[in-house]
Amino acid sequence: MLTENHATATPPSPVTMAAPLYPIELTVNGTRHQFEIETWVTLLDLLRERMLLTGSKKGCDHGQCGACTVLSNGRRINACLALAVSQNGHEITTIEGLADGNQLHPLQQAFIDHDALQCGYCTPGQICSAVGLMREGEAHTTAGVRELMSGNVCRCGAYPQIVQAVSQVMGIAPAAQPEAPVRPTVVGTVLS
Amino acid sequence: MNPFAYSAPTDTDAALVAIQTDFNDSMPNRFLAGGTNLVDLMKADVMHPARLVDVNGLPLDAISETADGGLQLGALARNADTAYHPWVRTRYPLLTAAILAGASPQIRNMASNGGNLLQRTRCHYFYDVGVPCNKRDPGSGCSAIGGVTRQHAILGASSHCIATHPSDLCVALAALGARVHVQSARGEREIEFADFHRLPGDTPQHDTTLAADELITQITLPAEAAAFAAHSVYLKLRDRASYAFALVSVAAALQLDDAGRITQARIALGGVAHKPWRKPDAEALLHGALPHDALFARVADALLEGAQGQGQNDFKITLAHRAIIRVLQSAVVGTLTNRDEGDASAEESLQ
Repeated sequence: MLTENHATATPPSPVTMAAPLYPIELTVNGTRHQFEIETWVTLLDLLRERMLLTGSKKGCDHGQCGACTVLSNGRRINACLALAVSQNGHEITTIEGLADGNQLHPLQQAFIDHDALQCGYCTPGQICSAVGLMREGEAHTTAGVRELMSGNVCRCGAYPQIVQAVSQVMGIAPAAQPEAPVRPTVVGTVLS
Repeated sequence: MNPFAYSAPTDTDAALVAIQTDFNDSMPNRFLAGGTNLVDLMKADVMHPARLVDVNGLPLDAISETADGGLQLGALARNADTAYHPWVRTRYPLLTAAILAGASPQIRNMASNGGNLLQRTRCHYFYDVGVPCNKRDPGSGCSAIGGVTRQHAILGASSHCIATHPSDLCVALAALGARVHVQSARGEREIEFADFHRLPGDTPQHDTTLAADELITQITLPAEAAAFAAHSVYLKLRDRASYAFALVSVAAALQLDDAGRITQARIALGGVAHKPWRKPDAEALLHGALPHDALFARVADALLEGAQGQGQNDFKITLAHRAIIRVLQSAVVGTLTNRDEGDASAEESLQ
């Protein structure tokens, strides 16, 4: 296993008052890394700003949107709410770590096949969340997939395609009866 | 986030010493577990501890049976692991249902049981450091009164604070009669769940009766509460179908005899007060009675006695009244776990 030492590559702290640094070790996408970091650095900021793994997104930074979702020891978490010091010793998987060389992860391929994105900003979090969902094994229906993906917000509204993509990879059959549209399909149509 | 010191002890005694290190009342040290609420509040500058004592390395994450046949939930067991634990979902399905109605899967994977009890209100004014708030800055005033109050309390509020407790898990624990086990360097004690959270009165800065140096080590569920397993429902009403805090939630747990009479009843409300709301007098109306809607309405009246809206949240009184009746109707029929059981029709017939 490769070990990279980032301690010397850490950019200078912008605060003028010297803050103590804490040594931590993380395995990120299969590679072990060592860091010396301030206490207040979140896992998300460590990934994005120190490791330049910018796939994980900072959407709200408050645990409300899920764009920062990564896997920590195999479980999906919000990287924005995790202090990096508290993750010491953990194995982290980000969107950058899902493909096997040029072979996309089945969820990545399914998102492409189902057109399950528009702007793409939430997609890394959606896919990491779906990997966690599959490992948890608690979704058995498309309704269950919808509910258990609710921690990931998509402002473009690709939810139907996201549920299709995840359900297909999980081998969940589409609902027998397609849901009736709740709105007129022609924009501007007013039903009397 | 403001600078803070950090340590990660690996045994409970060391953590109880560490929490007292350089303790400063204006920036009190805090235990860090899942961090899903505390880290967010530190980012918002609502909380600014001088030191975090990371308790994630302590051996307090087990879920096991107690000597009397009840269940012991480690304070560091994660919400998701608790909800899906076979003993929890078979013996205390009300707890599974309540946990799965709250937060998101990511947050339930991170958040600890002990931390859930200690989460702070989601009152917008508590979060906004630019405005007065008696909970955040005692004596500064309450900005919520006369403000935007859709989420706020209808029961047990005071002229100092109208915030609500945001937890779902705690509503189920209140109904099930859980006990909270805490430890400090001064010793151990147990707190009845009803006495753990408090009403705001004139000291809304205190959410609970826990002292600053006390650590929650476990939560116990009594063996007799497993007798509610066949008739337990948690209903959560909110502004969207998932991943939102409750406007009103109702936990109901019943025991029925062979003749269909209710022998025991527990009801707790969430989203309506500074703590999960229970009234044993209201529950007693059901004891020995055959279930019917007029009785449920009287129970709802009793639970909501003295309810007072703030204007924008007046609707919550009617909403809670109807929710109580609906949950009791459902609980008479059976149990909902809010899990994806793979059979949607069974759950639809109850709701």
